Amino acid sequence: MIPKLFAMLTTLALATGSWWTAAAEPKLQVGVLHLGSVTDGGYNQAHAEGIEVMKKNLPDVEVIQVENVPEGADAERVMENMIKRGAQMIVAASFGYLEPAMRVAQKYPNVKFFHPGGYKRTPNMTTYWASTPEAFYLMGVAAGKTTKTNKIGYVVALPISFFLANINAFELGARSVNPKVETRVVFTGTFLDPGKEATAANALLEQGCDVLGVIVDSPITVVQVAEKRGAYSVGFHYIGVSKFAPKGWVTGVAFTWGNLYTRFARDVMDGKFKSEDILGGLADDFLTLAPLGAAVPKDAATLVEAKRQEFIARKAHPFQGPLNDNRGVERVKTGETFPLTDLRKMDWLVEGVVGQPR
Amino acid sequence: MAPLIRSLLSGSIVSGTPLLYATLAELLSERAGVVNLGLEGVMLVGAVVGFIATVHTGSATAGLVAAGLAGGLFNLVFAFVVVSRRANQLAAGLTLMFCGVGLSALMGARYVGSQIVGLPELRVPLLADLPILGPALFVHDALVYAAVPVAAGAWWVLFRTRWGLSVRAVGENPVAAFAAGKDPRMVHYQVLFLAGVLGGVAGAHLSLAVARTWAEWMTAGRGFIAVALVIFSRWHPLRALAGALLFGGAISLQLQMQALGVPLSPFLLDMLPYVLSLAVLAVWGGRARHAVPASLGRVFQGTQ
Repeated sequence: MIPKLFAMLTTLALATGSWWTAAAEPKLQVGVLHLGSVTDGGYNQAHAEGIEVMKKNLPDVEVIQVENVPEGADAERVMENMIKRGAQMIVAASFGYLEPAMRVAQKYPNVKFFHPGGYKRTPNMTTYWASTPEAFYLMGVAAGKTTKTNKIGYVVALPISFFLANINAFELGARSVNPKVETRVVFTGTFLDPGKEATAANALLEQGCDVLGVIVDSPITVVQVAEKRGAYSVGFHYIGVSKFAPKGWVTGVAFTWGNLYTRFARDVMDGKFKSEDILGGLADDFLTLAPLGAAVPKDAATLVEAKRQEFIARKAHPFQGPLNDNRGVERVKTGETFPLTDLRKMDWLVEGVVGQPR
Repeated sequence: MAPLIRSLLSGSIVSGTPLLYATLAELLSERAGVVNLGLEGVMLVGAVVGFIATVHTGSATAGLVAAGLAGGLFNLVFAFVVVSRRANQLAAGLTLMFCGVGLSALMGARYVGSQIVGLPELRVPLLADLPILGPALFVHDALVYAAVPVAAGAWWVLFRTRWGLSVRAVGENPVAAFAAGKDPRMVHYQVLFLAGVLGGVAGAHLSLAVARTWAEWMTAGRGFIAVALVIFSRWHPLRALAGALLFGGAISLQLQMQALGVPLSPFLLDMLPYVLSLAVLAVWGGRARHAVPASLGRVFQGTQ
């Protein structure tokens, strides 16, 4: 029923003409699908701003953008619709669009597809993502220097391995500069329930946490609660969320897709497209550590930058053994590392994190 | 221990408040014999209109008024369909809910990520300085303080006024009420407007006070929990107060236990509010005194 409803809305949007309207023939038409709203201050907005940057860099490109497209048959229909309207490049900007995009890609071999986080491809599809644990480690360094109570709280949707990995990296980063730091995690069980997120944030603050982090759809609620109660906050996904915390902003990891999307569109226009799997990191221009806020002590900036250079030069690793989980079980042996390509196997929380991974 | 008690109390109250307004909304309409499964949609319309009005006027009070009005008007659509057009209440309610979800998403799309000054927290002088209880009970927004008087008011209106009597009469037996000179349709319209106002306020408490943001479907099922809480409270406004506080408390407790580091699975803790509700129903239920309005869910067909 719900996908139908959204499909109705999409049709409505079509009818009211908020879609692309015929103008001068553009060189390239790009269709973009978003799972949520492009002003969510989070995941979707990061992609949408990337598209904006691409539009600015390449004035010849026309964009057909549709928000709130459910993952499934509706996504396929929206993609086909875009292709019928002339799109030669499709950015399917949510993980759950992988299957629909694969099916449409097989049907239209001349259209080029781009999918974030996909683990399989077709000859006309490229997948791209940025590995985040190193950036979370750096956030941990900044937060570990900032906290005064040595307690940091994280409001997280679900105990998914990638999220656990981010939290682990964060705690290890914080511990590297402040061995007394503990990170407390509260799982809300859902990606979107601002009421519950606010309650969870308040609970963490009452337990003495003075820095809050968040991994849900939109970080706005948690960042606002922290700011209101005079605590610090770290962000994720979208850099602009710092406007909700003018006093307590520490830093945040943000996806800045603009240059990557520009390269994608240029390659398609120049006929240089090739199907590849891109996994970026700190060295790439699509993963950014936001500027440190006013609340962060001066020496933190030096520490963060030094560690950043080490990560880029591959001289350091966020999951460097020996590592025990928070039940005392050894997970990574001395001298070994937990490979960043195996993150989906991380089902434990590192020593120092207060929380239950399942 | 003190921070835990303080946080638990204050968390229960804040999570319970939107639930209470929503439960009272459903309770009033069910007392008049109308089941409204569209409450979730009404809450969402209230939440989004309240947020938009606050963005434009800069005043959360104006937003709250707009939310109440929008909720009331939106619920009148439901009233028209089930009262004047005599449609099935369950089907009409579910349709209203989906309509509310879509409408609020459409209206709110441009306002996601907008910043507002939410409903201010008011400190009750002197009482707010009490240890533990002060910060937990006496530093809240106006809607929290109004919750108990509104529940008591609902009780008074239902059981101590002539209008309340006609509402209950219509809910028990609309034909008899009609014979006694009360037009059930008029009563239904009045009750459903009032219920819509309460539903809109419930949604606005989420968007203007608790989260201070608008997100699609931010009520996350609270409209349906309210329908269940009405049954839980056996159609009594004061028991609704207990029900909302208990359920809000259970939500808060499970998040609190995680923040405290209790070694229990988050999945298990997420079930807590429901397990607790079932337990209370098992202990509390089964008492003989019948509480369901006799004509609940039936469509008044006139008397010809």
